[in-house]
Amino acid sequence: MTIKELEKKANKIREDVIKMLLEAKSGHSAGSLGMADVFTALYFGDVVKYNPKKIDWEERDRVILSNAHICPVWYATLAHAGYLPIKELKTLRKLGSRLQGHPSRIHLDCMETSGGSLAQGLGIACGMAYNFAKIDKTDNWVWALISDGEMNEGSMWEAIMFAGKYRLFNITAIMDRNNIQIDGYTEDVMPLESLREKFEAFNWHVLEVDGHNIDEIVDACNQSKVIFEKPVVIIAHTVPGKGVDFIEWEYGWHGRVPCPEEAKKAIDCLRTLNGKIKSENE
Amino acid sequence: MEKLKVKMNKNMNLSKDLYNKEKLDKKPTRDGYGYGLVELGKKNPNVVVLGADLTASTRCDWFQKEFPERFIQCGIAEQNMMLVAVGLSLTGKIPFASTYSVFCPGRNWDQIRISVGQNNANVKFTGAHAGVSVGADGATHQGLEDIAITRCLPNITVLAPCDMIETQKATIAAGEMEGPVYLRFAREATPIFTTNKTPFKIGRAEIFKEGKDVSIIACGPTVHEALLAANDLEKEGISVEVVNNHTIKPIDEKTLIETSKKTGAVVTAEDHQVMGGMGSAVAEVLGKNQPTPIEMVGVQDRWGESGEPDELMKEFGLLAKDIKEAVKKVIKRKK
Repeated sequence: MTIKELEKKANKIREDVIKMLLEAKSGHSAGSLGMADVFTALYFGDVVKYNPKKIDWEERDRVILSNAHICPVWYATLAHAGYLPIKELKTLRKLGSRLQGHPSRIHLDCMETSGGSLAQGLGIACGMAYNFAKIDKTDNWVWALISDGEMNEGSMWEAIMFAGKYRLFNITAIMDRNNIQIDGYTEDVMPLESLREKFEAFNWHVLEVDGHNIDEIVDACNQSKVIFEKPVVIIAHTVPGKGVDFIEWEYGWHGRVPCPEEAKKAIDCLRTLNGKIKSENE
Repeated sequence: MEKLKVKMNKNMNLSKDLYNKEKLDKKPTRDGYGYGLVELGKKNPNVVVLGADLTASTRCDWFQKEFPERFIQCGIAEQNMMLVAVGLSLTGKIPFASTYSVFCPGRNWDQIRISVGQNNANVKFTGAHAGVSVGADGATHQGLEDIAITRCLPNITVLAPCDMIETQKATIAAGEMEGPVYLRFAREATPIFTTNKTPFKIGRAEIFKEGKDVSIIACGPTVHEALLAANDLEKEGISVEVVNNHTIKPIDEKTLIETSKKTGAVVTAEDHQVMGGMGSAVAEVLGKNQPTPIEMVGVQDRWGESGEPDELMKEFGLLAKDIKEAVKKVIKRKK
């Protein structure tokens, strides 16, 4: 796909996220919208090695979503990638659905892990990467999607220490650095900076990107695969709620969903693609 | 003739010196874990062991020496150790995450609940140094709640083997079954009263001694105290059945219902809080299926303390004499 096509794909995924959340009546809007470009880059920018027709393919990369509450964007991406029917997205959070409020591997077999409580994904990624690098000695890559808020948890630092000790070069962590968490801005709730220096002190290689520049994201992901002897974290600077002006930057939208009027406004907002496309809903 | 009344279950092949505490060899149950791991490691190249800076005292150093490439030092970081174990299991390994029960499942319960449990990950995790019998380290280091907080998690198997030999069997059985397993061990050397021929199957409680007046249902090294109590009580004319209930989950409802139907009175015994422990699990089964008077021997809703292990067992009422008192009490309650 060209960059333009990738951008359109990301926008389509955002649209699906809005529709899913509207239908579900609960869930997390801001983070889901904010990470649409990263997910698009991973699955449609030739970054992650995957095969929706063969979910247990041994050579596949592993994608772990640690800040699992933004799963609507992952479900939508997986639907676009061919793992599940687009129409199934509307079952999000409903009784009997494969699309649980937080991802469940027991319900949806293409998930690599179940998640929900923060700060568990990176440690799991470490176990997988250790196995691939040190025991099985295979080429599988581990993509761990993490968030800035969960860096408050001590177990994140345990995992960072572990990956640094064992030089798990086959992990690329991508941090959704959107500066918000439930109670407010991250630097007010519990300051995280300087993240770069902190990771470096733990023997990680750090890259930083504009989390909405798909070209930059893909480039950093590719770069992370040629950094030897060190795990890599890509700090993706994102705008929470990206693409919908009244959600952007509002930490109040971390854990709420649009009502029908807001959803219509949101989709109109997305369809204009920065004013380039006129919304058909007008 | 007096002796003939004591009906041991011959199929259990227990040690012939069963009631001679002095003659029995004593080893900590955790030694059985060490032996079991080495045996599993030889059989299956997918078995890996994780440690959290307690490698020798959990006996993982024996595995580490044999298979250094399959031992992973995680440092004092039990939460991450459990997550690493999950990652290993989801990519085909059979990890044994090993530390003390106060740390695992004590400190990393959330990781067990979500990443182990809700992935149904094939992770085995151990709580060594469980019970007040840990001794002088005191309350912080005496894991008395681990059974309660693991058995409430769906799909997780919970095992508390009774001696070193049974622990070895339990370790191997855990490694050979699919799914998460919690294994509980004690620190102190305790009598080895089972033999290699004693049957062990996860999910099946074994009747170590048959009787008709009362059933003592025990787990862990306390099973031996139960047998000593039973032997004494026989001399007083009370016929006691002793059940080794090593699998707390999935619990063997059938055996528990049958024994209580037969005797009509139950004493549970464990080195764990009575709230939520093995005894509570038994009470849940019997309350629903076969209401029976029950007395519970265990730690009675208090914190541990420092002291010599035998002093503490006495102080907390976990010895044969305490089990005997409970038996007499429950018999009075029989209808």
